[in-house]
Amino acid sequence: MPDKKFTNEEIARAAHNVRKHILKIALERGGCYLTQACSSAEIVTALYMNILNIGPSLGNPDAQPFPGVPSATNMDYPKGSLYNGEHTPDRDRLFVSCCHYASVIYCALAECGRISQKAIDKFNVDGWNMEMIGAEHSPGFENTAGSLGQTVSIAAGTAHAYKMKGNTGRIFCMLSDGELEEGQDWECFQAASFYGLDNFIVYVDINGQQVEGWTKDVMNTEPLTERVKAFGWEVVTVDGHDIEALEKAAETPHAGKPLMVLCRTNPAQGIPLLESIVPKHFVRIPDKQRKEFEAFCEQM
Amino acid sequence: MKIEVNTHSKNMMRLAEEHPEVVVMSADLGTSCEIKEFHDRFPERYFSMGIAEQNMCSWAAGLAREGFRPFLHTFSVFLYRRILDQLEMSVAYPNLPVVFVGFVPGITTPGGVSHQSTNDVGVLRTIPNLAIFDVGDATEIEGVLDMAYQYNGPVYIRMLRKEVPRFFPANEPIQFNHARVLSEGTDITLLSSSICTEEAMRATAALKEKGVSIQHLHVSTLKPFTDPQVVEACQKAKYGVITIENGTVIGGLGTAVAEVMAENGIGKKLIKVGLNDTYAHGASKMYLLKKYGMDAMTLIGAVEKLMGKKLDIAEHDLEEIRFEDFSAV
Repeated sequence: MPDKKFTNEEIARAAHNVRKHILKIALERGGCYLTQACSSAEIVTALYMNILNIGPSLGNPDAQPFPGVPSATNMDYPKGSLYNGEHTPDRDRLFVSCCHYASVIYCALAECGRISQKAIDKFNVDGWNMEMIGAEHSPGFENTAGSLGQTVSIAAGTAHAYKMKGNTGRIFCMLSDGELEEGQDWECFQAASFYGLDNFIVYVDINGQQVEGWTKDVMNTEPLTERVKAFGWEVVTVDGHDIEALEKAAETPHAGKPLMVLCRTNPAQGIPLLESIVPKHFVRIPDKQRKEFEAFCEQM
Repeated sequence: MKIEVNTHSKNMMRLAEEHPEVVVMSADLGTSCEIKEFHDRFPERYFSMGIAEQNMCSWAAGLAREGFRPFLHTFSVFLYRRILDQLEMSVAYPNLPVVFVGFVPGITTPGGVSHQSTNDVGVLRTIPNLAIFDVGDATEIEGVLDMAYQYNGPVYIRMLRKEVPRFFPANEPIQFNHARVLSEGTDITLLSSSICTEEAMRATAALKEKGVSIQHLHVSTLKPFTDPQVVEACQKAKYGVITIENGTVIGGLGTAVAEVMAENGIGKKLIKVGLNDTYAHGASKMYLLKKYGMDAMTLIGAVEKLMGKKLDIAEHDLEEIRFEDFSAV
């Protein structure tokens, strides 16, 4: 497929389709990470369809059988990063830390033609590469990210390598806000600033919720702008559902510093029925509301 | 016996000269891990990561993915106990060529329990893709970085520093998954690693005097553990097998030997010498070896037990210890 840029209208439609697709999965399969789809649909689609300078997918558009874990005798298995295009010095890279957002990544890849819509049928099906929480063989994933706090460091190490090699591509990393409670993220923020990684851009989906409830009640991480700035980063805050603002944020000047884009989002965005359910890390559609959700999905 | 000084420092610089993609990362213990000279000579290839080992480990994974060969330097205890999840998920799972150069292994530090990597071998032997090397002298320090560089995957090294004796000929380098035969014999088979090999050599010298015939293997590759010499050595032991290691007896060399014996149906007694399911405390190496029963006299007791007789060997019958003690944290 061509590595074309999409219009913001197309991106908005793709984001809508991602929500609809994941609501459908949640209804069919007993649940899904639906609130994350609602909060991040614009972030992920805007990254793939406009912000990232990435080449055409090199991955097989259809779902693939699980290719085995990496080992000395299995290093040439198809990598998830193939779907983000060839690694060339001038192209960007995307590292997704919040890998429970896998369904969002897969659906966004399908929306921009990097995988087939039919591939999503294998989402979370035993024996396939489209796991609910993927690893580095899963479409769109550069690395194995399920243990929070590590991916931002891996991405920063990659950005450091790009600078040493003189590569002009930028390294993007996507986090969700609950992860910022991990100490390693702050170790990384301190080091990324120390090494002046001005080719490093982190988008954070601040949907304000985590497994046990609202983030402010589980472990406060605010004020994020001041905290991250104090660690030596450039920080901008955007409405995480405003596609144009998400795109412009990546162009924020950040000479000599890494850039963090704090995306304020709503975990019920686009599916108002979720307002009564959030905060909810993993949504199982309540039986008594099932019909309402089904009707809503139909008209989406 | 010759004592060599700062062998790793010279070797790390030599490796970096030969391979431009080799870089060193440090978590504020560079001067304690023999990389000060490297820093002076290759400042652009020395990355100070601060006292933040988790980030250092995952950051190294990013560098390795881009073709660099990171050699992480800090105390071994901080490279497994503190960052086990980062070691596994950022490095071991994707099988990246990151080398963890762990200093002051086991009880070779007076820094106390927080600084002593006493269960690292047992913990790390459970990790797929990872190789574990445990050096015993200056000759092995000289070869272990090449062995790690050539290994197709991540490597954890239990490294010795500062003044280290040279037991093995300089022209007989460390070999991957291949133990060194230090003496041939049929009464007892003895397998030793790390600094405990010196204790084993002191014991075997005295035991030979008493007519005990010992098959002594020094083991430097603890994972993988498929050296056929181990099976052959255990099979020929008339009275039984003894292991001695610089760490807990649970999960390490002794356990690896037990597994090999059981898998090969070698029904012989095994005595595992090392820390006996305990933490240690801060003190000199010699004091700790003795206090926790990891020294030559403990080995002689083990031989007596297997042979069912007293051998009448006293501490003063043993060779004097040449291995300099570590005084600095």
